[in-house]
Amino acid sequence: MTVGTKPTSPTLSKRLRPIIAGASLTLFTLLFLMTYLSPFGYMTVTAIKDRSMIADPDAPILPSREATFTYDGQEMAIYLVPTEDGDFNEWAMLKKGREESTFIDPNNPEAGPIEWVGRWRTLDRVWSISPVWENFSEAWTGLNMTRLLRNTIVIAVAGSIGTLISCTVVAYGFSRFRIPGKNLLFMALISTIILPEFVTIVPTYVVFERIGWIGTWLPLIVPHFFANAYNVFLLRQFFMTIPRELDEAAMIDGASPIRVLFSVILPQSIPALVAVGMFHFMFAWNDFFAPLLYLSTERELQPISIGIQLYNARFFAQPHMIQASSLLGLLVPVIIFFLAQRVFMQGIVFTGVEK
Amino acid sequence: MSTMFSEFTLKNLKFTREKLSKLARREANWGLVFLSPWIIGFFLWKFLPMVASLVFSLTSFNLLHREDIQWAGLENYQHFFSDPLVGVAVKVSLTFALIALPIGIIQPILMAALLNQKNLKMKRILITLFYMPKIVPLVSAVYIWQGVLNARTGWVNIALESIGIPGPDWINTVTWIYPALVMIGLWGVGDMLLYTLATIQGIPTELYEAARVDGAGSFATFRHITIPMITPIIFYNMVLSSIGILMYFLVPFVLKGPNGDPGNATWFYGMYLYKEAFAYSDMGMGATMAWMLFLFAILVTVILFSTQKYWVYYAAEEA
Repeated sequence: MTVGTKPTSPTLSKRLRPIIAGASLTLFTLLFLMTYLSPFGYMTVTAIKDRSMIADPDAPILPSREATFTYDGQEMAIYLVPTEDGDFNEWAMLKKGREESTFIDPNNPEAGPIEWVGRWRTLDRVWSISPVWENFSEAWTGLNMTRLLRNTIVIAVAGSIGTLISCTVVAYGFSRFRIPGKNLLFMALISTIILPEFVTIVPTYVVFERIGWIGTWLPLIVPHFFANAYNVFLLRQFFMTIPRELDEAAMIDGASPIRVLFSVILPQSIPALVAVGMFHFMFAWNDFFAPLLYLSTERELQPISIGIQLYNARFFAQPHMIQASSLLGLLVPVIIFFLAQRVFMQGIVFTGVEK
Repeated sequence: MSTMFSEFTLKNLKFTREKLSKLARREANWGLVFLSPWIIGFFLWKFLPMVASLVFSLTSFNLLHREDIQWAGLENYQHFFSDPLVGVAVKVSLTFALIALPIGIIQPILMAALLNQKNLKMKRILITLFYMPKIVPLVSAVYIWQGVLNARTGWVNIALESIGIPGPDWINTVTWIYPALVMIGLWGVGDMLLYTLATIQGIPTELYEAARVDGAGSFATFRHITIPMITPIIFYNMVLSSIGILMYFLVPFVLKGPNGDPGNATWFYGMYLYKEAFAYSDMGMGATMAWMLFLFAILVTVILFSTQKYWVYYAAEEA
């Protein structure tokens, strides 16, 4: 069968149609994706722009500098100069005048100065691409990034440990033990996800204030040692997929429930545990509300979210520094996400969709 | 967790007291030991604060002059209903909910429908990339969008200008701030997108085959098979988003500061509550606002749950 020689044959068009449909659909989706993610492009190019570019409405989109040419030991600005034959020349300006100016051709300075008749104010400047990587080191020191990273990592890791321990044991209780009233307890657990956080926040704040926890990391860490609905649900779902025969066999061998948890359940639940640990780590990294309440006056202890907000409140007029700091802020979660996206997204699906 | 909402039924509320054998007693005790972190946590971080919040709302408790706590009866509630700023906050939050909620419900469905297309190539990568903005920290996301929406130098207005439309000053005008906030919200679709996709992929193929045999087109199948099968996810999203939006204020807080700018357009209920409690340290009024929000949230939840039986389809119930 040499279908390829008969381009009009119906079999070919029948075969081509899904290919074309697939290609155009994929193309459309890619364009949509580019638009959806374009703010990241804005962030990246703005973060490496020179300060002088920011305020200039005629500046190009890519990070650039106004091109100059050094002549006779002086820096001359380069302009796009039209000539009578319709060409545009990139010439450096030697002397500006209202109605006529003197230029020099950077590619051929020996030819000497060129007189040009016209208003120089109407000319466009020539830009050359030049990313300013120093913005990042400036943002790094300005933010005190080393301190922010240290604080955020301590808070996130401590909270992750608490979440992992507490959610594991609670999920184990819910998935493996017959307890009178368990359904009721489980419903109470699930309803906490629709309990508005504001109802509990005022007295909780007052208690933390009374016991001197404001301005410490404790309010950001300790509550996570008491389990939360999402992660308990995820782990319970996962534990229920592990065959009960395995723990029964271990029980018959005389293993205690704690032993069963460690030797039967946990070894088989690594992906779910990794997902839970990661969810909390990301949550703590991105959390803004709790640090805002408890650490807004304690600069030494602030995590990255608050650090970036306070820094940018000061740098309001400098978009390039704002974008450089935003980029520093999202780097760690984004890298972790891409390294572990499979486990991460499976965990999300497992939480939301009951199988 | 979406289908979990189907278990909020009376039969699960029944608490039967049966006599337990010694062995069953032992098992139950072990179980309670394992549940104890959550049970203790529930009382410590949920139940007691809820009750305390109600008590606070009946007092004049202010952290700045804490020695002088007095019973205020319903004074805070009277103030709540007469304070014009509360009225503004309620109006702002409800207006925004009216704009943002429908978009928040429809966006994941449309995106999941697109990403589920049979002919689409590179699906995994596309899904991963569409999910990605969800994990960007709130502060970073807000600052990125603040730049993108800048009236002069932002990419949105540069793009609009290139097709001849003069772009508005998104974040500094009362009219355009809500569309701006909605755009920032588009980046939060991640989880709901994944839930919706996973549910669509779990729909038995026989249903689609049967529809095709009956001559249903792709829109008809989407309307009459896909949509009904994902109603549990839509419902779940509706409940969580409605409650989330009542507390919404962090994005405008980072974007515009705590004063409700521009005009009073970002004077969200959550913003006012935050300021009453944590800027003015008026815990009595803060707790009052929190409880009024709680009552409203209960009302919304009850209404949503009572509509459930008319439109949400839980496949498992029939199995």
